[in-house]
Amino acid sequence: MQPISAVNDFVVKFANVNGSGSASANELFARAILRMGVPVCSRNIFPSNIQGLPTWYEVRVSGEGWLGRRGETADLVVAMNPQTWNKDVDSIEAGGYLLYDSTKPLTTQKLRPDVNLLGVPLTSLSNQIEGTIPRERQLLKNVITLGAAAQLLSMHLEIIEALIADQFKGKDKLIKLNYRAMQLGYDYAAANLAGKCRLKVEKADKVGDRIFIQGNDAAGLGAVYGGATVCAWYPITPSTSLAEAFTAHCKTFRVDPVTKKNNFAIVQAEDEIAAIGMVIGANWNGARGFTATSGPGISLMQEFFGLAYFAEVPAVVFDIQRGGPSTGMPTRTQQSDILLAAYASHGDTKHVLLFPEDPREAFEFAAEAFDLAERLQTPVFVMMDLDIGMNDWLCKPLTWDDSRKYDRGKIVTAEELEAGKFFGRYTDVDGDAIPYRTLPATHPSKGAYFTRGSSRNAMAKYSEEGADYVYNMQRLLRKLETAKGLVPAPVRRDAKEKTRYGAIYFGSTTPAMDEALAVLEKHGIHLNTLRLRAFPFGEEVVDFVQAHDQVFVVEQNRDAQMQKLMVNECALDPARFISILHYDGTPITARFITQAIAERMKVTHKEAAE
Amino acid sequence: MTYIAKPKLHHPGLKPNKLGFTHRDYEGSISTLCAGCGHDSISAALIQAAYELDLEPYRVAKMSGIGCSSKTPDYFLGNAHGFNSVHGRMPSVLTGANLANRDLIYLGVSGDGDSASIGLGQFAHCVRRGVNMVYICENNGVYGLTKGQFSATADKGSRSKTAVNSDNPIDLVSLALVLGATFVARSFSGDKKQLVPLLKAAIAHQGSAVLDVISPCVQFNNNPQSTKSYDFVREHNEAVNRLDFIEGRSPITADYEPGTVQVVQQHDGSFLKLSKLHADYDPTDRAGAMAYLQARHAAGEVVTGLLYLEEQADDLHAGLNTTATPLNKLTERELCPGSAKLAALNDEYR
Repeated sequence: MQPISAVNDFVVKFANVNGSGSASANELFARAILRMGVPVCSRNIFPSNIQGLPTWYEVRVSGEGWLGRRGETADLVVAMNPQTWNKDVDSIEAGGYLLYDSTKPLTTQKLRPDVNLLGVPLTSLSNQIEGTIPRERQLLKNVITLGAAAQLLSMHLEIIEALIADQFKGKDKLIKLNYRAMQLGYDYAAANLAGKCRLKVEKADKVGDRIFIQGNDAAGLGAVYGGATVCAWYPITPSTSLAEAFTAHCKTFRVDPVTKKNNFAIVQAEDEIAAIGMVIGANWNGARGFTATSGPGISLMQEFFGLAYFAEVPAVVFDIQRGGPSTGMPTRTQQSDILLAAYASHGDTKHVLLFPEDPREAFEFAAEAFDLAERLQTPVFVMMDLDIGMNDWLCKPLTWDDSRKYDRGKIVTAEELEAGKFFGRYTDVDGDAIPYRTLPATHPSKGAYFTRGSSRNAMAKYSEEGADYVYNMQRLLRKLETAKGLVPAPVRRDAKEKTRYGAIYFGSTTPAMDEALAVLEKHGIHLNTLRLRAFPFGEEVVDFVQAHDQVFVVEQNRDAQMQKLMVNECALDPARFISILHYDGTPITARFITQAIAERMKVTHKEAAE
Repeated sequence: MTYIAKPKLHHPGLKPNKLGFTHRDYEGSISTLCAGCGHDSISAALIQAAYELDLEPYRVAKMSGIGCSSKTPDYFLGNAHGFNSVHGRMPSVLTGANLANRDLIYLGVSGDGDSASIGLGQFAHCVRRGVNMVYICENNGVYGLTKGQFSATADKGSRSKTAVNSDNPIDLVSLALVLGATFVARSFSGDKKQLVPLLKAAIAHQGSAVLDVISPCVQFNNNPQSTKSYDFVREHNEAVNRLDFIEGRSPITADYEPGTVQVVQQHDGSFLKLSKLHADYDPTDRAGAMAYLQARHAAGEVVTGLLYLEEQADDLHAGLNTTATPLNKLTERELCPGSAKLAALNDEYR
């Protein structure tokens, strides 16, 4: 078997044990490749556990710039976890490589004749590092591995050294130890494994000004830029790092330089119900408040979503989706809360959902969500997932237009009340179904009203009259029509050739989809595509579906939730749709989409021929 | 309840307060509760307290959950915004509102079902955070709106028309003490003389003030074997003190007989003059208050009065180090870091 030869186009998978300190070395590896000007896509696949269970870090090196996962296999596996050895060996491409700790000879472990062994005596090398305790040597093994990998892949050592110097700034002892460990691995590989690995990273200029950032971090920052002042949250994977990022960015940007007081308030609530209650209370009182949560939290918040929808109180909710139902797969990714969020609460409800495709859009939509929530006086859900939220993604730099003003929506001021402006809380004055509101304590004798989740008339007075109830419910529906013109429009991209086939996708599927479309095109399969960015759906969605005989809908859930939402909300014929569903908890891959669509097209063509 | 709306005419004989408001300016819609409901007396006491304090009604935010008690904010301070939220979750909504604007007076009105059952968790956490509020539990021991089921504050052995309660009660006052409330009181809807000054002191208090007000349910829990009936509470009410609330910072010069009167000053400068009815009761001793309550409850008494006060209390915002300007008044200028900072930040992600 010919060993794989590849330049700037391969996948490296680190198989680790969580709690062993591999994360920072792995990230260094990915960043070093980026600094060589070569795009990478990194995915951290980890268990719901702190120490001792398997975790994988996959780095796809792609000079062509593909940023989705390629597939389930890797070209080089760094096997640091005996528990998963067999599975890891199986996952190597034929002709690929296995880097392992050769301190002890391999005896009973599974091997493959078509896989090339790259043994590095990691344990015995780590024992050569003077002045360290066993725990430190354990951690440094990851850096020795990094050094060896860098040599085998022809990476530039000084780039990694610079990254280490940045990471441990001010801790000279740690910098020295890490340099030493890296050099040990590098030198061993140079002396003993020269020429054995034909995978190579070559300096390029393909990264440009792009940044490498996690979606939760970007969304937390977006909330700062979007003017959020109140954050109430409850710890839940994979959303916790969003609240933590908001906290960190607030400490940087929101502490008054003179008084040292905080221009923000962050409360770790007792549960998700209290978190959304605080968000609703804050928004009712005119502050921009949000919560970040995941599926189980959304389940708990249902009653409050109904209140906010019906009483028309703004709220912003980040749903970082994970594998459900129940506890499901807390550290795995899915897009499976779509129907739950779209129709959250008992009774007739519909909510505004946004679907960012990457951290950059997570930043933009985070800020945008606050404008939409206040403009529409309703909850807005930013539907992210673990893949976007907790992985570093290469994306365009974040930007902000300084002339941008927050849209605080329709708020009647004290001056307007004083001047005699009409105020009826649930009256449709402008014909867009969005009523005006007053904030508490606006005016001594005008504009006060009672907010309630029970039915009321247009003047906010308690009413169980059917006509009053129906008026409000109809207006809420019309308000959703107004929302269609305000939410981010879907992005349509037409194939190079005329086609009767379309594909719809959204969120974290985007990078894998981009690649799949390119591969399919090479094979003569042309698809027009529509990337959904929001619910409620506008006419573009209906037009797109009706313009194609068949439309693939690519989603990361079992039940084709987005497709069902389109069928349900747009009265579309279900027969037009073909579901492409990936829901095993790992990020969707380009190969999966390519194969699934190609196979289906084969069947379709055959049927057509018959 | 009455079906006849009172005309919005100001009787010339009504005495205005310092702000020129009369009683009528502190009223709300007509109550829809049962005639004789204790809750209506509490609303009346609130109106009286706000009038006497010369409060601007619109500076109050009235928050409630679900239940008979939670309907009452509609029946007082009609010029204030109110928020009738969801069952048992008023504390979180109030907390959020308070985070948004620390300058308003937050009045949380709740019942025993709301506070001690479905919302026990939110009650507890709201109190332990020290949210600056007056939290009133209108406590009648039953679920009125669903027609008389026992609530978690009903005493063991207490009887309704159809059932005997066999579970132990939750005492919100004891809980509030454990959770660090800085103002804890119990009163009785039938004792306006005691209730009004307590409400005034609680409103002036700059921290978490909890008032448990026994408020008999005339429809479902006013029978002789109930411990939340008018007769029972009147007979077993043991007031530890009588309170006079004195506004302003003028020192109290009058002499009092030693051991009978205690004068304490609150954070906002107001004075509380406590006439001691039980010589050994010290309302500034949290542990002592808990022990006293336990002992008197065991003896079948309902202890009322100002049970605990931390004179120089702090609130949630002190812990959060929030800016003095209400967060809802901040603008892009204070909130948005701008494009230059973002450009610099991008570099950190390369």
